[in-house]
Amino acid sequence: MNNTLFFRLDWISILIYTCLVSFGLLNIYSATYQQIILMPFNLSTVVGKQFWIFIGCVIIFPFILYIKSNFFEHLSYIFYTISILSLLGLFAFGQKISGANSWYSIGSFGLQPAEFAKITTALVVAKFLSGIQTDIRKRNYLFKILLLILIPVILILLQPDPGSAFVFFGLFFVFIREGLDLKWLFFGLGLIVIFITTLVLNPLMVSLGVGSIIFIIYRLIKKSNTKLNPFLISLGACVCFSFSVDFIFNSVFEQRHRDRFNIILGLETDTKGIGYNINQSKIAIGSGGFSGKGYLNGTQTKGNFVPEQHTDYIFSTIGEEWGFLGSSLLICLFTLLIFRIVYRAEKQSSIFRRVYCYAFASMLFIHFFINIGMALGLVPTVGIPLPFISYGGSSLMAFSLMLFIYLNFDSQRLL
Amino acid sequence: MIRKFVLLSFTLLSSLMFLVQLLSLQIFNQNYDELSLNNAVEKRPVYPPRGLIYDRNGILLVANQPVYDLMVIPEDIEVFDTLELISFLEITKEELIKRLRNVKQFSSKRPSSISRQISKEKRALFQEKMWKYTGFYFQKKTIRDYTLPIASNILGYTSEINSAELKTKNDYDLGEMIGRQGIEKTYEKILKGKKGTQFFQKDRFNRIIGSYEEGKYDSKPDAGENITLTIDAELQTYGASLMQNKRGGIVAIEPLTGEVLALVTAPSYDPNLLVGNKRSENFRTLVNDTIAKPLFDRGLQAEYSPGSPFKTLNALIALQENVITPETIFSCNQGHFYAKGAFMKCHCQVGTRNNLLKGVYNSCNSYFAKTYTKIIGKDSTASFGLERWKTHLERFGLGNYLGYDLPIGKKGFIPGNSYYDRWYQKGRWGPSTIISNAIGQGEILSTPIQMANFTAAIANRGYYIKPHFKKLNNKILRDSLFNKSHTLIEARHFETVIEGMHQVVERGTAKVAKIQGIEVCGKTGTAENFIRLNGEKTQLTDHSIFVAFAPKENPEIALVVFVENGYWGARWAAPIASLMIEKYLNGKVKRTWLENRMLNGSLISEYMKPLSGTSFKINE
Repeated sequence: MNNTLFFRLDWISILIYTCLVSFGLLNIYSATYQQIILMPFNLSTVVGKQFWIFIGCVIIFPFILYIKSNFFEHLSYIFYTISILSLLGLFAFGQKISGANSWYSIGSFGLQPAEFAKITTALVVAKFLSGIQTDIRKRNYLFKILLLILIPVILILLQPDPGSAFVFFGLFFVFIREGLDLKWLFFGLGLIVIFITTLVLNPLMVSLGVGSIIFIIYRLIKKSNTKLNPFLISLGACVCFSFSVDFIFNSVFEQRHRDRFNIILGLETDTKGIGYNINQSKIAIGSGGFSGKGYLNGTQTKGNFVPEQHTDYIFSTIGEEWGFLGSSLLICLFTLLIFRIVYRAEKQSSIFRRVYCYAFASMLFIHFFINIGMALGLVPTVGIPLPFISYGGSSLMAFSLMLFIYLNFDSQRLL
Repeated sequence: MIRKFVLLSFTLLSSLMFLVQLLSLQIFNQNYDELSLNNAVEKRPVYPPRGLIYDRNGILLVANQPVYDLMVIPEDIEVFDTLELISFLEITKEELIKRLRNVKQFSSKRPSSISRQISKEKRALFQEKMWKYTGFYFQKKTIRDYTLPIASNILGYTSEINSAELKTKNDYDLGEMIGRQGIEKTYEKILKGKKGTQFFQKDRFNRIIGSYEEGKYDSKPDAGENITLTIDAELQTYGASLMQNKRGGIVAIEPLTGEVLALVTAPSYDPNLLVGNKRSENFRTLVNDTIAKPLFDRGLQAEYSPGSPFKTLNALIALQENVITPETIFSCNQGHFYAKGAFMKCHCQVGTRNNLLKGVYNSCNSYFAKTYTKIIGKDSTASFGLERWKTHLERFGLGNYLGYDLPIGKKGFIPGNSYYDRWYQKGRWGPSTIISNAIGQGEILSTPIQMANFTAAIANRGYYIKPHFKKLNNKILRDSLFNKSHTLIEARHFETVIEGMHQVVERGTAKVAKIQGIEVCGKTGTAENFIRLNGEKTQLTDHSIFVAFAPKENPEIALVVFVENGYWGARWAAPIASLMIEKYLNGKVKRTWLENRMLNGSLISEYMKPLSGTSFKINE
């Protein structure tokens, strides 16, 4: 009775998905609205395109649902290969738009293979990790899986589209979940802390700080059999890292890269040049106040002060027009969705499906974290869309597909 | 188990971090709200038209006219016909290049003006070519338009507010017009009206893309109030034409109300000189004329010895102080010795015996010297007498600002104890020391408007109303604002003096001022005057003065005419005053011969004498 597909579906996720996409359409309309009534269903407008993509997603939804999860499992390497080929094909047939070779143009639509590579990579990682002998703790497996990820990452970096490439690092969370040694997590966190403190302060002070912390830890846990060497090695590694960050940042990075970090870290104020986007976005969001200026009434939005507002900076429109209420609700919806997916993933009976769901949640998180963090001025400018909300056919299509596959897997979780 | 919660904790932490940042941006930092309004919304003032100015009979004196600033947005400029533009703007090519460079330096996206206040006629000619000038456009402005070339000294002028003034006047914007002088300055608040505001939505290129929220927050400007002056434009025009080629002033007051009917200063200037794009050039010319001083309002600012008209005041004071009666007789033998070896000349023949009436209409110096000696000598010491005399004069409005509604003026001077004590030492002076005061010479100084005012007080038999230039039609308001300032002289004492003034015209020193059918009362004056020429005190030809009011009963006009270096009172001042009275009371002047003599008479050669550098004769 309760076994029909209808009852097995994760309706909560479907509800959140519908809410997010509709909210996204509303805000794309607002961000591109210029005092004249746009035809929201006309393909020649930005909203119209996004709307029809959504309709397309709704149409393919049932088809995806009825596919057996084995189909994805067995064909994952095929999909992955196609996806890698399509990324390679960009160098021959791609359309260069604003400096990046990321699109195939099909009529008035642009197809961004990188978005779909996220799905296929998630699938292939899931497939690989679900192998009976696979143990991520072992170095050769870890090396192989890193290779699987690095191929698309490098191809995407070459386009260049660093934002999309960065998303793949979300799979780190999957490895953690699947048993990667936790020291890598602390190692990663430590690197981030040293990286930021090195930029804010200087490598000498960071080295001194790290040295004293390690010394204190050593003194606290010191027993008769505790060896000094591991502590000395990690201290040396930290000092080396700090100095190399300083060197790379100042000598290898180009000025524009440096600027992005400096502005976020508050080391530089530049509201006209590179800091313009962030500053304008913060102004727009800040001006929304508690309840916002009202739909279509954002003055910053109308004035087009925030660049890329219907794509990467869509959150500033939301912040301005819907205020604290609207934006915090959006943040809650995303959090809820990620929690929901992780919660359901833990209930999966198959490793393949669980890893996939986890990979989906992780990528969703990276997008969510980078995009909103960037609009709020907390994260350096990295151009990636806000899933389900930002304008972008490939992005909406790919994330919808990922969600549908998740829904499919979820409905078959007990099989 | 920790592994399952790593992603969840990262998600939760990020969300919390975002919420905190949202709180700090949207709820706790009001700064971002203002910033947004600053860069997305432009607030533009809407200037109301400045109030119009009418004369007492409803003749429009000051209106507004549109002028155009040629604006340019440097970024938008495309190739244009430089020669055509420079010939239109009447500037050189170098000047145009310089101006364009300057505005570009200011901003290449924002409009700046490269030529200001282009007349609407000129602009109309060029408008059809504007399509060839991408990036240029005309911006409308309003400036003053003077319908008559008169009364610039009363009306004052307007000009753009400067950046120094902006610091103290925060309700003005750069380039806004502000009243600088005269009525425009005094009634700036009324004339200016209240600015409105319009809000525009801008895009990130600072371009206006429409009105903000369909004008929900806009406010309409309140137009400036119109002002009706007490000035009679026809009389003012007539006075100005009578004074042409002369220097001096005419002040005419309606005694009953204190309304100033005419305030003429000569030479003056056409108020239209100080509008439009030639304004600063013209203004410089006017300021630089330090000899004729066209910007100097002689009616309000020139301090002259009042001369013989002052005798009427001494007569009134003497009567009130009971030191003479109308019947008191003083003898005169072409003058008299007022002290040992000190003789004051007079034009009376030897053996003349004047009573007060004759003393006034013959303007006998001896009579008033003796009267004055009695006023000052009434008390035990001269200082008591002098202070009493001074108090009387102050009640006639002398020696201080009258408080009229124009922003300029002079106090004049009535000497008191402290002045003479400092000059001669205490107790070392007496009536004979300061005898010149008796006949309006000496240390006394008064402005023409003060003289017109005391003449009005005489005409009113004992009081005056503060002279003013803005007409109030509301009687209650008028009465509360302009109450009678009473002198200390009882009304009965005036009749003898007024009769004397009437006889001045009928049979005395100013028979030329007589008008058929109007009883004119007047008093001539001939004031000696000196300038410092090459470091030496040099006497110039006497000033010609006449004060008058008419008709004798229920006077409608009181006035003073002051003609610098006009030799004697009846030569220029009295005829001009008489013509003014005739014009005002009868509407037209019958005595065309006199009128022509005054209109054509010129004292330019007289004024050139001290500038010639050679010795010259005076009073010829």
